[in-house]
Amino acid sequence: MTPTSSPAKAAKTPPAGLSRDQLLELYYWMRLTRTLEERLVALYRQTKVVGGLFRSLGQEADAVGSAFALDKQAGDILSPLIRNLGSMLVRGATPVEVLKQYMAKGDSPTRGRELNIHFGGPERGFIGQISHLGDMVPVMAGVTLTFKLRKEKKVGLVYVGDGATSTGAFHEGLNFAAVQQCPLVCIVENNKYAYSTPTRKMTAAKRFMDKAIGYGIPGVEADGNDVLAVYEVTKAAVERARQGGGPTLVELHTFRRKGHAEHDNQSYVKPGEIEEWAEKNDPLDRSIKTLTTDYGFALDQLTAIDAKVVAEVDAATDEAEKSGPPEPRDALKGIYADPAEAEVLWYREGVRSAVDKNERAQGWGTYNG
Amino acid sequence: MAEVTYLEGIRQAMLEEMERDPNVFLMGEDIGAYGGAFKATEGLLEKFGESRVIDTPISEAGFVGAAAGAAHMGMRPVVEMQFIDFISCAYDMLTNYVATARYRAFLPCPMVVRGPSGGYVRGGPFHSQNPEAAFLHTPGLKIVYPSSAADAKGLLKSAIRDEDCVLFFEHKYLYRRIKEEMPQGDHLVPIGQAKVVRPGKHLSIVTYAATVWKSLEAAEQLAKEDGIEVEVLDLRSLLPMDEEAIVATVKKTNRVLVVHEDTVTGGIAGEITAKINELCFEWLDAPVRRVAAHDIPLPYAPPLEDFVLPQTSDIVRAARWVASY
Repeated sequence: MTPTSSPAKAAKTPPAGLSRDQLLELYYWMRLTRTLEERLVALYRQTKVVGGLFRSLGQEADAVGSAFALDKQAGDILSPLIRNLGSMLVRGATPVEVLKQYMAKGDSPTRGRELNIHFGGPERGFIGQISHLGDMVPVMAGVTLTFKLRKEKKVGLVYVGDGATSTGAFHEGLNFAAVQQCPLVCIVENNKYAYSTPTRKMTAAKRFMDKAIGYGIPGVEADGNDVLAVYEVTKAAVERARQGGGPTLVELHTFRRKGHAEHDNQSYVKPGEIEEWAEKNDPLDRSIKTLTTDYGFALDQLTAIDAKVVAEVDAATDEAEKSGPPEPRDALKGIYADPAEAEVLWYREGVRSAVDKNERAQGWGTYNG
Repeated sequence: MAEVTYLEGIRQAMLEEMERDPNVFLMGEDIGAYGGAFKATEGLLEKFGESRVIDTPISEAGFVGAAAGAAHMGMRPVVEMQFIDFISCAYDMLTNYVATARYRAFLPCPMVVRGPSGGYVRGGPFHSQNPEAAFLHTPGLKIVYPSSAADAKGLLKSAIRDEDCVLFFEHKYLYRRIKEEMPQGDHLVPIGQAKVVRPGKHLSIVTYAATVWKSLEAAEQLAKEDGIEVEVLDLRSLLPMDEEAIVATVKKTNRVLVVHEDTVTGGIAGEITAKINELCFEWLDAPVRRVAAHDIPLPYAPPLEDFVLPQTSDIVRAARWVASY
């Protein structure tokens, strides 16, 4: 999917066993994430996105670099958070699926039942999140407990934000995984804000990685806006888990440059802070610089990827817009395996009510049998 | 053949299902070496080992969530609440995550959450609860609450084989007080089917769990003293609920008393009453009445607990009212 690159003179060797093609692939996934989200913003402003829109602007490296450290062939599974569109794309979610899901189409991955990037399944290598923060930690503890019980060399990865580390579910799940030595990597994306709440109001701990001590597991950290550093630290944790070394808590330092969702004007952020991160610490800018300076790629190799991504997102948008909304009665299907469909309420059926069905044929009176 | 207790029926169900299906495994607090607070899992660690009988940290949300994750992967987890009162600690996980998984993400979540429930045992406010109504309102869950040893075994085996999450309430007062001959072989009782445990023609009592036995006592007394023949319907499953069986008994007796041990306001009796009203109002000769616990956290001292919970004499008094209306 990316142009094969020939090593330029004096280029550095990529870290952690990455090939030169994989360096370009990492750039591709980050660019795809950003371009797809920009397209979603356009559709949101055209009111084609039914619900809220959640951006990962400035966090593409942490999502992509960490997900890239998992092994598709091995059957590794991750559970993303709302800022992990990039992780899902790496694992095989497609732009057209994401667009259909946001636009509540009938043939979206959840047939219009769930919002935004809440979709997935174990067979696809990613399991969809729910909105209750921290809940995916116990769930992924159970997924990876199964790997352990079946003696499979598979690894799970679960993302939480700085905010979710305050939940009971995070604590119970990570503690369970640590006690059972489940092959689970837990990534704390420290993007400095949980909705409007800064990290200093979320925890008195100096570093989120220090929480690992309480669970008896290793805690490590990395620059979340350096995709190669993210890959390297996650890869080490993944391999440790794969070899039976149990969970690792990984703190990735990043910054959420957009609001909690598109409606949020970020009035609570210190003036200049967003601009400073955008100018000096944008993961894509940094990646372009590293790829051209350290690894000897030509800039037009990267702009060719950018153009390819735009074409892909254009095609996906055209395809997604063609789909229609779900059939209303599909709402009744699949709450249980058995019965496969819930009954429609009587007043939707017309005037014939449930009472009519059991009308007393012989009129009023007591039982005479 | 020796009689089997309600508790032993439950133990046998887990043992047999673990022998049948290697994906079935147990998680809970003190269920391994200790065999569980009520010994429901006694001997299972020795038989199946630590990878299938897992002692967990004290973290109901943690191990219920882990059960969900394992269930997605094709396992069949059965988790024990040491007392069902603690299921509230996993309320979020059950109602938001587990119950919605199939619908919102097509993720199967076949798992059982079971545990000792109910009062009449001087357990006080946190070891006597009947929280089944708190989950009746959640589409995606199934709820079972048996009253007999054979039903406990047969329903638990069905619950373990079910493709969705089943909350399996066990009445701790019945654990060692109820004994019966257990049907031979692979004894399964289908979820969603009520059972007439005493036929009658003048009045129906619709009930489940421990109050089935109190209702049977009341029926005996009413037959002797008043000549009232009471039909007792044991619901056995609360979600799905056997509406056909409810309608059938209403059509037969035309008078209904709904009895349960849980508190009255917002309790399942209200839902049953509404169903009867909607489904077969014209077959009624009297208002449907409820006998349930007072709306009080269950107190510890015997005179207080006995006052708060429904007793046989309450059922007799209420049944006379409905019968003579």
